[in-house]
Amino acid sequence: MADDDISAQIKAEQEKRAKDSSTQRDDTRVSLTGVGYDQDIYGSGNKFEGYSTSLPMDDDDDEEDELTQRAAQKKLSSYTAPKEVYAHLTSVEDEDHDPFAGRSESKRVIDRQDDYHKRGYNRALSPSRQDAFAKDQGAAGSEARTYAEVMRETELEREQQRVLQKIAEKKKEAQKATGQEAPPPPTPTGRKRRWDVATPVIAPATTSSWNEPDDHVAAPTNRWEETPKADVKKRNRWDETPVASNSSSWDATPRASSGVAETPTAKRSRWDETPVAPSGMFGATPMAGQLGMVTPHLAVPMTPEAMNAQRWEHEIDMRNRPLTDDDLDAMFPTTGYRILEQPATYTPIRTPGRKLTATPTPYTGNGFMMQDENLKQNYGITPTELEVPGGGNLPFFKQDDMQHFGKLLDEKDESSMSAEDIKERKIMRLLLKIKNGTPAMRKAALRTITDKARDYGAGPLFNQILPLLMSPTLEDQERHLLVKVIDRILYKLDDLVRPFVHKILVVIEPLLIDEDYYARVEGREIISNLSKAAGLATMIATMRPDIDHADEYVRNTTARAFSVVASALGIPALLPFLKAVCNSKKSWQARHTGIKIVQQIAILLGCAILPHLKNLVDAIAKGLEDEQQKVRTIASLAIAALAEAAHPYGIESFHSVLKPLWSGIKKHRGKGLAAFLKAIGYIIPLMEEEYANFYTKEVMPILIREFQSPDEEMKKIVLKVVKQCAGTDGVSPQYIKEEILPEFFKNFWVRRMALDRRNYKQLVETTVELAQKVGVTEIVSRIVEDLKDESEPYRKMVMETIEKVVTQLGAADVDGRLEEVLIDGILYAFQEQTTEDIVMLNGFGTVVNALGYRSKVYLPQITSTILWRLNNKSAKVRQQAADLISRIAIVMKTCGEEKLMGHLGLVLFEYLGEEYPEVLGSILGALKAIVNVIGMSSMTPPIKDLLPRLTPILKNRHEKVQENNIDLVGRIADRGAEFVSAREWMRVCFELLDMLKAHKKGIRRAAVNTFGYIAKAIGPQDVLATLLNNLKVQERQNRVCTTVAIAIVAETCAPFTVLPALMNEYRVPELNVQNGVLKSLAWVFEYIGEMGKDYIYAVTPLLEDALMDRDLVHRQTACTTVKHMSLGVVGLGCEDALLHLLNFVWPNIFETSPHVINAVMDAIDALAVALGPATILQYVVQGLFHPARKVREIYWKIYNNMYIGAQDGVIPFYPSIDNDDVNRYERSELFYVV
Amino acid sequence: MDRANLNSQLEHLQSKYVGTGHADTSKYEWGVNQARDTYASYVGHYPMMSYFALAENESIARVKFNITEKMVQPCGPPPERRE
Repeated sequence: MADDDISAQIKAEQEKRAKDSSTQRDDTRVSLTGVGYDQDIYGSGNKFEGYSTSLPMDDDDDEEDELTQRAAQKKLSSYTAPKEVYAHLTSVEDEDHDPFAGRSESKRVIDRQDDYHKRGYNRALSPSRQDAFAKDQGAAGSEARTYAEVMRETELEREQQRVLQKIAEKKKEAQKATGQEAPPPPTPTGRKRRWDVATPVIAPATTSSWNEPDDHVAAPTNRWEETPKADVKKRNRWDETPVASNSSSWDATPRASSGVAETPTAKRSRWDETPVAPSGMFGATPMAGQLGMVTPHLAVPMTPEAMNAQRWEHEIDMRNRPLTDDDLDAMFPTTGYRILEQPATYTPIRTPGRKLTATPTPYTGNGFMMQDENLKQNYGITPTELEVPGGGNLPFFKQDDMQHFGKLLDEKDESSMSAEDIKERKIMRLLLKIKNGTPAMRKAALRTITDKARDYGAGPLFNQILPLLMSPTLEDQERHLLVKVIDRILYKLDDLVRPFVHKILVVIEPLLIDEDYYARVEGREIISNLSKAAGLATMIATMRPDIDHADEYVRNTTARAFSVVASALGIPALLPFLKAVCNSKKSWQARHTGIKIVQQIAILLGCAILPHLKNLVDAIAKGLEDEQQKVRTIASLAIAALAEAAHPYGIESFHSVLKPLWSGIKKHRGKGLAAFLKAIGYIIPLMEEEYANFYTKEVMPILIREFQSPDEEMKKIVLKVVKQCAGTDGVSPQYIKEEILPEFFKNFWVRRMALDRRNYKQLVETTVELAQKVGVTEIVSRIVEDLKDESEPYRKMVMETIEKVVTQLGAADVDGRLEEVLIDGILYAFQEQTTEDIVMLNGFGTVVNALGYRSKVYLPQITSTILWRLNNKSAKVRQQAADLISRIAIVMKTCGEEKLMGHLGLVLFEYLGEEYPEVLGSILGALKAIVNVIGMSSMTPPIKDLLPRLTPILKNRHEKVQENNIDLVGRIADRGAEFVSAREWMRVCFELLDMLKAHKKGIRRAAVNTFGYIAKAIGPQDVLATLLNNLKVQERQNRVCTTVAIAIVAETCAPFTVLPALMNEYRVPELNVQNGVLKSLAWVFEYIGEMGKDYIYAVTPLLEDALMDRDLVHRQTACTTVKHMSLGVVGLGCEDALLHLLNFVWPNIFETSPHVINAVMDAIDALAVALGPATILQYVVQGLFHPARKVREIYWKIYNNMYIGAQDGVIPFYPSIDNDDVNRYERSELFYVV
Repeated sequence: MDRANLNSQLEHLQSKYVGTGHADTSKYEWGVNQARDTYASYVGHYPMMSYFALAENESIARVKFNITEKMVQPCGPPPERRE
């Protein structure tokens, strides 16, 4: 092909595209091919002024180099903005105005928690516990409590709770008796509610999620595990000693032996007992102040925020109190006003119920607080940046931080403070830096606090961290950081944490039920570390009192925490305790929690429970026959979880529970039954055939009965169990056909099921499972008519089921009649769809493909539908039609419908003018599918017509269009390049250059590969010239892709066709070009591997030059080239050249720029492979004991790399060291000569 | 790469490969590592063992034993640590 021919062509092309490229550039550079058209493409000579001239080579290495380079570059002469922008800027008053302020989601943790989660804030950070293992018992401070004390307290709380509830009930009854209406129950408002009023009596009836406490962490308030009030009637333990009967062994701790002596006098009346005021900062017992039944006092610990909020509220109440007559008199002038009589119909509010809901009596707690005068008052101005004394500049300091960290700002002299105070301030400063600091500050502070953790001591540290974590203004990021602090210091503190275990748990446990997966993982990690640091005994002693805590929230989180402990310390360690708890006679809550722990262990550990399965099952077996409904339910759920975790092993462990489960499903109704069914459902798949068959037959009548249950939860469980039963080997298809299917389809295959996402999924799954047993025809024939149903979601569900069934089982079973109905239904459903959904398309494709040759008869009909729809007004319809073509192209080929396809191809070709990019992308995809199937030579339209039509579409910027188009063009270049003229291919090449800056990697890769195909088709010269010119563009990504393309061209057309031009281009005195050449060389040598041995001597002089260049990037890229080169030629006798190159690489070892030094190290490593470690050792030995540390460091680094790579290989080459007076260094074995 | 990071990497490296060194490695430490590596390598290469056995006119097992013994303080006692 003649050069001028091409360039004329290109010029024409060029004029079309770049109208503004006016001046010709006078070319001073030497170009191999000497074609001049590049000047048109890239405009005049000074176009690149102001751009970086270096070519940073790796993906992420450009930042640093470019910054330094750019500083030296000329700045743009002026910047300017449109007038409107200035006008707008002046019109905006507030500079800091954030237009998104009102829209962004709050980052605070509390704002996205529901009421149940907020119950975590109601827990108190109890005083420290005594460390039972500590040598001196008072170590943790005077307020540290012992286990026995804590147990007594919990007992007391529960008792109190029970009494309060009972009183409330009595009141209610009394009111009922007098016929008065009870006052409306106070609305439970998350945070305000204390645990002891949050009894289920007033719990709102929300939708229960009772059957999924396991997989659903964000549990709603009303759960079935909650305290049932029915229970209270049965047991009257008012007079009983509230202390544990010492007969039960599991709560016996080292100190419990004195239990009898410590029993509070049994008859002591609680009414006259003054509650003990908490001595520490945190109240021991949270108590109710509102009900007036106990002496009200502030026991609930108040964080400074809460206190502050309280004060505010109080103040606002005061200001908004009703105005008295005196007030009004004072306000209004005495004359000109007349006091009106109140209307006769007016009655003031007298009903006590309404009064109750009126303004609450001001809280009697810390109503007034002295403001600390030393605190800097900021009078409403939020300091955005703040200098903390000794802390450096913080990026921000929020108003909320003032509560915790205000102390730091009081500017007191530290020298006059006690050691304790100084320590406290130090910790505070570190925490503030961690919380608010820049990443660097945070890192340093975190390291300091970790290193000094033991010096600071557990007490001072946790006393500051934990309140921060309980703060209601906490944000996600802060929580993460503080949790991280705890994690780090836990390692260091080790057994010192023991007294604080409970406090930490109170703070961390809520993380276990957080919505955020990562928060849960973080929580688990902390608890796991905590249990490793504190030890099992401490963990049990600490958490034991919470197991039968009155609040369900506490029990729930405690159970989860216990399961984490089990995973950290091993199940066997915890088993005796679990057994005892699950059999607790004292309270059903304890049994409930114990069983729940087992359930959580099963969920958390999965198949790791297998070795202990028998023990775990036995521990909870009794729970199935518990007197408490809730215990029975959780027990069966736990069994289900265990069976699920054990699948498919471990049936023998479940023998003991089969009978109770069995009798259970016969006895129970409703939710209890569902739980039992769930357990059975999970056990049946573990059974052997016969048993499975037997049990399935037994359980099926019950299941079929429950098919009709209106309860959604029951529906889901029943579906699941049916799926599990059907999946077992023992169940015969006959049985399913006769007994299950009729009822199943009658009850479940209804439109309503398609509306709920989870029902939908479960139903599809179960039906597919049934199809596995009974075959395609049985299922499909039952639902196929529904493809024409009028509800679209239902049609979708039918289609999805058919698709899945056909995918798994094929369509061989489908008879002629069904086939017809099926295709008819699918066509109907496909045409009627209104939402853009992949389901219909997939279904269509799957069924047609499964039918294979049998779909031949329907193809004309399908094709005419497609043709009709391709012409539709709606873009979506056209897109779906085109997508469908790409799905069925293969089947059309199978059916021998080439003619039809040719026709389709022509039609699609006509539609290439489509304006909607999504549709155009699909049309291109369809064309690609057809070309792939019928081949280049028989394609209609002929390739020589098709490709010129595609070239302009390459300009389209839409990703889908680009991707499909480049795939198609690449395919043609690969298989059918000869159908198109070289000129056209050059035109494609130019368009492809723009593709190199696509965002999507797939597009860039396809473009680069296409260069290779084109070069193969029309010879590398012209393509290469284009590419080499592209090295001059300023855009880095473009250049990098160009270098890759050059390398691919070199690979496909053999390196000798490319290397001369490439090396010649290195003579262009432009950094970008030279670096591009070097980078291309690196790629070339990487791709050609050992073929490189023929070219190594040719490029060595070039590399010599590059390795001696002043420019860092030159040397870096040259080192990369050396690396690939030497790895390619290992063992091929090129050592002389490589050694020569090593001498040029070596002086670069003292480079400090990370990318350069990494490249140099890589090169040396690669040379160590190619030259053998001995050579490198000789170089390295020179500097290992150099007087300068800097030299020694880098030499040892190289030594280590070499040593790790070839420990054994260097042994014969170690220098022999002379013996001295004391030491013998000689190793003489290798000197033996026989 | 900051210094702390480099050091922590070095620590990790050292814990994995005892024979690696650093800027403060002494002649004695390096010598010991060399000797141990050498002996370990000999024991691992049976042909080497049989060659030494031939040269020393000892049984292979004896040579192996001697070499293994030598791996304890291969260069004699460590030098006095100067504080």
